[in-house]
Amino acid sequence: MADHILEMRGITKTFPGVKALSDVTLAVQPGEVHAICGENGAGKSTLMKVLSGVYPAGSYEGEIVFEGQVCNFGGIRDSEHAGIVIIHQELALVPFLSIAENIFLGSERKGRSGLIDWNKANAEAGALLRAVGLDESPTTPVGQLGVGKQQLVEIAKALSKDVKLLILDEPTAALNDTDSAHLLGLIRDLRDRGITSIIISHKLNEIVALADHTTVIRDGRTVETLDMADPAVDVDRIIRGMVGRDLDSYYPERESHPGEEVLRVENWTVKHPSQDRLVVDGASFDVRAGEVVGIAGLMGAGRTELAMSIFGRSYGNFVSGRVFVHGNEVKAKSVAEAIDAGIAYATEDRKKYGLNLIDDISRNISAAALGKLSSNGFVNGNEEAKVAEESRTSMNIKAPTVRSIVGKLSGGNQQKVVLSKWLLTDPDVLILDEPTRGIDVGAKFEIYTIINRLVAAGKAVVVISSELPELLGICDRIYTLSAGRITGQVPVREATQERLMTLMTQEKELVG
Amino acid sequence: MTRTIPPASEPEAQSATAPKDVAATETVSAGTSNVVQLFTRNLRTSGIYIAFVAIVALFAVLTDGRSLSAGNITNVVLQYSYILILAIGMVIVIVAGHIDLSVGSVVALTGAVSAVLVIRNGAPWWVGVLAALATGVLVGAWQGFWVAYVGIPAFIVTLAGMLLFRGLTLEVLDNKSLSPFTPEYQKVANGFLNGLLGGNGYDAFTLLVFALAAVGYAVSQWRTRAGRVAYGQAVESFPLFVVKILVVAAVVMAFAWKLATARGLPIVLIILAALIMIYTVVTKRTVFGRQVYAIGGNLSAATLSGVKVRMVNFWIFVNMGLLAGVAGVVFSSRSNTAAPGAGDMFELDAIAAAFIGGAAVTGGVGSVVGAMVGALIMAVMSNGMSILGVDQSLQSVIKGLVLLLAVAFDVYNKRRAGSSR
Repeated sequence: MADHILEMRGITKTFPGVKALSDVTLAVQPGEVHAICGENGAGKSTLMKVLSGVYPAGSYEGEIVFEGQVCNFGGIRDSEHAGIVIIHQELALVPFLSIAENIFLGSERKGRSGLIDWNKANAEAGALLRAVGLDESPTTPVGQLGVGKQQLVEIAKALSKDVKLLILDEPTAALNDTDSAHLLGLIRDLRDRGITSIIISHKLNEIVALADHTTVIRDGRTVETLDMADPAVDVDRIIRGMVGRDLDSYYPERESHPGEEVLRVENWTVKHPSQDRLVVDGASFDVRAGEVVGIAGLMGAGRTELAMSIFGRSYGNFVSGRVFVHGNEVKAKSVAEAIDAGIAYATEDRKKYGLNLIDDISRNISAAALGKLSSNGFVNGNEEAKVAEESRTSMNIKAPTVRSIVGKLSGGNQQKVVLSKWLLTDPDVLILDEPTRGIDVGAKFEIYTIINRLVAAGKAVVVISSELPELLGICDRIYTLSAGRITGQVPVREATQERLMTLMTQEKELVG
Repeated sequence: MTRTIPPASEPEAQSATAPKDVAATETVSAGTSNVVQLFTRNLRTSGIYIAFVAIVALFAVLTDGRSLSAGNITNVVLQYSYILILAIGMVIVIVAGHIDLSVGSVVALTGAVSAVLVIRNGAPWWVGVLAALATGVLVGAWQGFWVAYVGIPAFIVTLAGMLLFRGLTLEVLDNKSLSPFTPEYQKVANGFLNGLLGGNGYDAFTLLVFALAAVGYAVSQWRTRAGRVAYGQAVESFPLFVVKILVVAAVVMAFAWKLATARGLPIVLIILAALIMIYTVVTKRTVFGRQVYAIGGNLSAATLSGVKVRMVNFWIFVNMGLLAGVAGVVFSSRSNTAAPGAGDMFELDAIAAAFIGGAAVTGGVGSVVGAMVGALIMAVMSNGMSILGVDQSLQSVIKGLVLLLAVAFDVYNKRRAGSSR
């Protein structure tokens, strides 16, 4: 046991209504690179938040042993003090401060007078930058650096804290190939210098190339820990551990009769709004009437970005591509034009982007279709209440009246309000982004039933989902997306979770 | 009807539920619980009316009824009319999640433009009025452009506007006050319509106008109710409906009697009533009004629902400019001068009125009627304290506390609503 730098034993973490982690075990040897793999929502990030003290001791069950000591971290400061540093996917740097200021933020280098000794700070920062191979002046504002270089600054910051265990959450997700290669090389260097790393990544090729051990997590449980020195362990082996989630939800039966093509997207390419990289890269797909098409992809694959950019260019900077609805090209540059063209998009984050939580059900339902409920700019309030009441009945929205405030409804009922809102615009194609996220099993079944009703009425439906069993349960065809590219198209009868996961983790070189 | 989605069984279901709903409403509404409901359903909005009545009553007692004298009521209306007008525009700005700090300066500028034309150049009164309104619209378009299309926060744009338009006022007036206006121009804010139908000790015309207004209110309420019944929606029980109409009519006629026994019907009150009616309809019944609330409630959701956010924001500021122009005319007419320092701090009164009237600091909540009551609360307090001879310094302290408590109440309410979620 003493040969482990870190042991997490029997970690169980419960959020209201959800068991995020259950009896998770993780053992990391000193001086290794230990990878953690799992699907979206498997519990990787939660586990790392437990380890780093974001969820303080007492809020979870189980034991953390670091360097032979049982640890009860009350916060990030405690875990950092012990030598555990986590670098989040969303970088936590202040863009207007210099590299040196960022590195020593919270642990400023003070001189004898109690004021900050900038010469000392900049000199130390310079040494750290050399250690991570970043050729920049310590006085450069961080905002002027690219994401790859910012990542290196984060690592330099970790080194400044005498890090013993470095945790990297999706470090290469936002990096281009050169920057990724440099970063992976740096992690190897750190290993040679005795720094242990835990790396969470969806890029399985990187893991195979880099890691000494890989722990696979599925549905909040540890599945297995693989020794990467074993030649039998390859990408496929990891995928087998990641998927195989039980089909615990039930899906309503549906007979599929795809009709003519409704939506066709050709060569859709979109740039990140602020960074110089493509988030959607030459994606082409089509959807027929009466068909449910799934889009599967891991976090950061560009699923939401693809959908939102098609929906009136609501995301990123348009580069190229064409959209056709019923064979006619649609050049929607605003949401209003997209709605007019018969496209509807129900967002993945209904509270943030989908609903006016302080307003009532009827006004939320009418929000995207006020034009149909008004004449000469005057809203017909009675007609509005009537259609809202119709939706409440047909969608089975559980609320006393359509005047109930949406913010007080349950997640499932809120989602039904979002769907009602988009149905009222009478779309030809509905793009549903994570339609069942955060809602209970019963409500999920209702949402699936509604989707079936829509396709029975001849609508074309696109479902974006992180849950592969869900896609397998409700779709006719599934497209896989990886790093902004469509890497495959699988009819549902030929699809398995393994096959989809293989396509979802396929990287650029392999696509050809 | 363009919807095709609901299941085939829906039409029957609909026709089946519609009469049932009406039946259900009738049974529920038979009890007295409805009155309680009416007040408790929305404490935030009903609270303000209760507070208003309490404050009016308080000052009536403290001043031995002097604050409710006919002459004083007329005075309150005339004295605060321009704040009420500004508050109408301000509440729309605030509901959309913005703020406008420039309206005081815009009142000064529009009044100055009007004065230069009417006093210095001898133009007819209506030219001055139109020029003031046009100036207000231009100012609004300028500010709307920066807020909506360039994306500068309204706080900054209108803070700049506050300085900018104050400076332009000085420029237009050559740093001197201009007065007096022509008698016709003065009538806008100081004129009364009276004696048209005679009356002994009271003005019959005033009473007639208010009586017509009360009847109009009853008819429009009746039609709204009939429409809701036709659509099978919940309505208040018939006795309660009648009581509501009678109470409103009684209050209106009491107010009318006060005016009729004083100087008659002030012209500015007609302007004000028209504006309140128009903007209540605009905010409650039009697509534009809906979109204002949607933007303030959740900007991202509004954008993703196809609301043309920039256009709506632009017109919100144009409208604020127009109303500031109206207030500029009324103020210059009432004070009979256009002074470089006119309208100083008006923006703060208007903002305070909107917040006291229940507008949410975070946007998405607020109403024209609420803002009017908020402004009247400020007006009645200032007026009452003046009658009582309270020091200006203490008046300011009290008004500040009232504003703070009103917003604290709003925040408290929201937190309570949030925790019960």
